[in-house]
Amino acid sequence: MNRFLPRLLMAPAITTLFLWMIVPLVMTIYFSLIRYNLMQPEATGFIGLENFEYFVTDPSFGEAVKNTLLLLGSVILITVIGGIGLALLIDDPFPGRGLVRILLISPFFVMPTVNALLWKHMMMNPIYGVLAQVWQFFGATPVDWLTDFPLFSVIIMVSWQWLPFATLIFITALQSMSREQLEASRMDGATYLQQLRYLYIPHLGRSIAVVVMIEMIFLLSVFAEIYTTTGGGPGDASTNVAFLIFKHALLSFDAGVASAGALFAVVLANIAAIFLIRMVGKNLDK
Amino acid sequence: MTSSPKSSMTAMLALRTFVAWFFTLLLFFPLGWLALMAFKTELQAISVPPLFVFTPTMENFHEVQERSDYLSYAWNSVITSVASTILGLALATPAAYSMAFFKSKRTKDILMWMLSTKMMPAVGALVPIYVMAQWSGLLDSRTALIIVFTMSNLPIMVWMMYSNFKDIPSEILEASRMDGATLYQEFRHVLMPLAMGGLASTGLLCLVLSWNEAFWALNLSAAKSGTLATLIASYSSPEGLFWAKLSAASLMAIAPIVVFGWFSQKQLIQGLTFGAVK
Repeated sequence: MNRFLPRLLMAPAITTLFLWMIVPLVMTIYFSLIRYNLMQPEATGFIGLENFEYFVTDPSFGEAVKNTLLLLGSVILITVIGGIGLALLIDDPFPGRGLVRILLISPFFVMPTVNALLWKHMMMNPIYGVLAQVWQFFGATPVDWLTDFPLFSVIIMVSWQWLPFATLIFITALQSMSREQLEASRMDGATYLQQLRYLYIPHLGRSIAVVVMIEMIFLLSVFAEIYTTTGGGPGDASTNVAFLIFKHALLSFDAGVASAGALFAVVLANIAAIFLIRMVGKNLDK
Repeated sequence: MTSSPKSSMTAMLALRTFVAWFFTLLLFFPLGWLALMAFKTELQAISVPPLFVFTPTMENFHEVQERSDYLSYAWNSVITSVASTILGLALATPAAYSMAFFKSKRTKDILMWMLSTKMMPAVGALVPIYVMAQWSGLLDSRTALIIVFTMSNLPIMVWMMYSNFKDIPSEILEASRMDGATLYQEFRHVLMPLAMGGLASTGLLCLVLSWNEAFWALNLSAAKSGTLATLIASYSSPEGLFWAKLSAASLMAIAPIVVFGWFSQKQLIQGLTFGAVK
């Protein structure tokens, strides 16, 4: 076995992925430095950092960054805590455990567009939606979720989708839990809370890191749920960075500003990546 | 506690069963409700209070197929997700093999770099990718979707296959090499049987991700190569109350992958460790 072969095996994946990254990146950098509005084809030319200035000074910008982080943080928190809870709940056998597992993971297979429409209409509609009717049943005034709590509504939808994923990972991790150790600790009179604190949570540590990592990758760019439900509104109340770039690109047709925004998103992604490498990289090295 | 340990255990089991079922039904409810809706008439769909018992109708499904050619969208979904999964596995498996068994100083950096490419929001690459698709005449083609799906899943696939291979002791491979196995034989007869579980679960996850991919499908495809995700988006226009039809279309879009997921969940779970469990 020479040293050439391992590289040869890696080459196709690395080359294609590199191209997939570098070509759009170079084009984006180029577009971000020129005047490039699809509605004004006659206006062209190099304009330096004007696009960046426009994107960053846009009042929607701060709101979008805040919403992105809020969405990311809330969903990760909900899914990690909920996922651990659910995984522990169904770790030991009980009647109907197989069926519970199947039903529980189902939302993960639902496409984001369906997820969004399902919640927007059938759950959160202020008149006919199920939630409105439950509210009414208890004598409360139905809430117009998407208008009054737009970001919270998106957080619910996205959490509903990703909770099963987190649960799946934790179920998988719990399978390798040492039964003898649990039994021994029980013999020694450990309470469930102590087991949780000293056996389960440490065992799940790396899985938590993995869930955070994967969700970060997907949740930094939540798009379909916002596009199909609130359209980023009302105002910018549920606009995240990805959706703001989309607004510039396809609603104002300003490819130049959108590209500047995209480069900002790359920076944001890289900050997240550095954070991740510190957290996950260390964890996975063992 | 006055009760005997045995009866308290039974009580615990009953409680756990109840709580587990409660949360499960709560989480599954939206999906179950969607399925019920699909068999209602439009009037029943918006009745107050909600109807749980009614005579099911198949009308909505007929109408969805007639109004928008469901089968053609479904076929596009099948082709693009299966092709991108196969292509992705073909690219990811050798790379992951090489990283796991011929570890160099840079292996971890390469892995992290791969994952970081996935963190840029797809919308950031929208303009360049759109322009390139236009230049190459691949706009609204299945080829474009297959390429895009493959590339956006590739980092995750390499990661999963890598952690899967890493769990295989390299002594086994060395032994087979000592016995004079060629690289192909080693790959085919020693490695693959051991890595089959991880391979299956990587493939399954990517199948699900591609099937559900909405951003690129919405922006790069139209009537010709549109997948089911785009079909659903076309039902989101607010023209009157149309929940029953919307539900029917949604159910038709998700049923194949959900049922597929149900049957393959055991395999999926097996390999979903991402190297987190030893």
